[in-house]
Amino acid sequence: MNIFGIVIDPAIVNFVILVIQCIVWIVALLTTFAYIQLVERWTIAKIQVRIGPNRTGPRGLLQPLADAIKALFKEELIPSNADKLVFVLAPMISVVCALMAFAVIPVAPPITLFGVEIPMQIADVNVAILYILAIGSVSVYGTVLAGWSSNNKYSLLGSLRAAAQLISYEVTLGLALVGILMLTSTLSLNGIVNFQALNGWLFLPQILGFCLYIIAAIAETNRLPFDLPEAETELVAGYYTEYSSIKFAFFFMAEYINIITVCALATTLFFGGYLSPFHGVAALSGIPILGWDGIWWFALKVFILIFGFMWIRGTFPRLRYDQLMNFTWKFMLPVALLNILITAALIIGLSWQNGSLALR
Amino acid sequence: MDFGVFTEALVFYLFAALAVLAALGMVVARSPVRGALSLALVFVALAAMYILLNAPFLAVAQIMIYAGAVLILFLFVIMVLNPRTDILGARSRAQTLTALVFAGAFGLLMVIVLTSGQLAPPTGKFPPQVVAAQGHTEVIGALLFTQFLLPFEIASMLLLIAIVGAMVLARREKGARKNIEG
Repeated sequence: MNIFGIVIDPAIVNFVILVIQCIVWIVALLTTFAYIQLVERWTIAKIQVRIGPNRTGPRGLLQPLADAIKALFKEELIPSNADKLVFVLAPMISVVCALMAFAVIPVAPPITLFGVEIPMQIADVNVAILYILAIGSVSVYGTVLAGWSSNNKYSLLGSLRAAAQLISYEVTLGLALVGILMLTSTLSLNGIVNFQALNGWLFLPQILGFCLYIIAAIAETNRLPFDLPEAETELVAGYYTEYSSIKFAFFFMAEYINIITVCALATTLFFGGYLSPFHGVAALSGIPILGWDGIWWFALKVFILIFGFMWIRGTFPRLRYDQLMNFTWKFMLPVALLNILITAALIIGLSWQNGSLALR
Repeated sequence: MDFGVFTEALVFYLFAALAVLAALGMVVARSPVRGALSLALVFVALAAMYILLNAPFLAVAQIMIYAGAVLILFLFVIMVLNPRTDILGARSRAQTLTALVFAGAFGLLMVIVLTSGQLAPPTGKFPPQVVAAQGHTEVIGALLFTQFLLPFEIASMLLLIAIVGAMVLARREKGARKNIEG
């Protein structure tokens, strides 16, 4: 690579691009988090026939900024009997895991800038789905350790509930995605998007898988109707009862970034990711924006899914703990296994029809 | 030095140091929760090693199974039992001495193996070139469902038996249940 007559190793160029990308991604995610939260407060207010935030700035648009300043300047408390190191570490683990999971999601097709092709994802890992599941299982640490280190029985109960819930729903979450893997025979998110570019969105053949995924995703992000770990009428605020100031904000941040990530993953796996809905239509593919694949389609799809999450939060009552556990182990898990069977039958049936039972 | 090679070496030594320090931390930590956390750090560092060895599936499986499932259950048990750290922390001189002797013996063994020059490069049906061409995950998947199908199924049966066994042990009789919940 040659810039202004100076020869630079392409590895260094790639490294610099990666660092810039990471910064841009983090800033974008945090901004999205701030405004998604505002939109959620507006939406919930509408559902509950309230006005919602409308005082800070025009129509309440500066509310996230005000919240951030408030969170930063509040007094930071650490309980005197808490395990201080673990207490401080727990919110960090939560936020870092939440941010890390987004790294493998392709948000747009690669762009070419100054002769360098820049992929619109931080890491094209070829085990991306497993990577996201793995990061999800590590983020349980944040929750569990927060509850334990607070040295408060409500926190501990909340974190025990959270751990049990997260581990249980992770099983369904993983199994719900097996159908996709069977159809696309790849674990790479780019590969799955490319598969959908050729064969149409996976939403229709995997409708059962999609429903299971969304339910498990709501449980994984601890939202109503599955917000038992932080059920305020039972447990004060669950595992983050003792947290204040910016550490509390960290948990909040992690929760919303996780919501963005699960919706982005659902978009990528089931709705063609950044592909335009008119991808295969020859008549429309020339029209700018509408026919082009790009980040706008990705953002729109993700937002629609997140809006669905808000809607569910505004309208469903909370489950009881035994209902929650029975639901995943006795209903969701068998249905997820059934989905795998149906998908297998579908694949075999299709190859039979083509006259070739050639499985890869 | 080539930048790519340099960063690879840098990442390796970084995670190697992390693994060693975390392993030490696990042994030395007084609080069992901190010990478990150090162990999690060791798993993460090991996963990084697997990535450097071009085995991403193994890396992710390592994190998912060991850090995400096994160790979380450890933490669960530690948290619920909440053992007193003052008892766990008390060490006798004999214990320290035994530990040092065994650590020394193991260190000596490592030095002998490393300096003997007997460490052969990897051989077998799947040298790095074959794995790179077919894909790491694909190779593991194909082997699991062909050559190693029987051991694979036996392992899954074993796990199933363990789950059913745990259910049987944990099950409460109908009469007893009323007393506990009512």
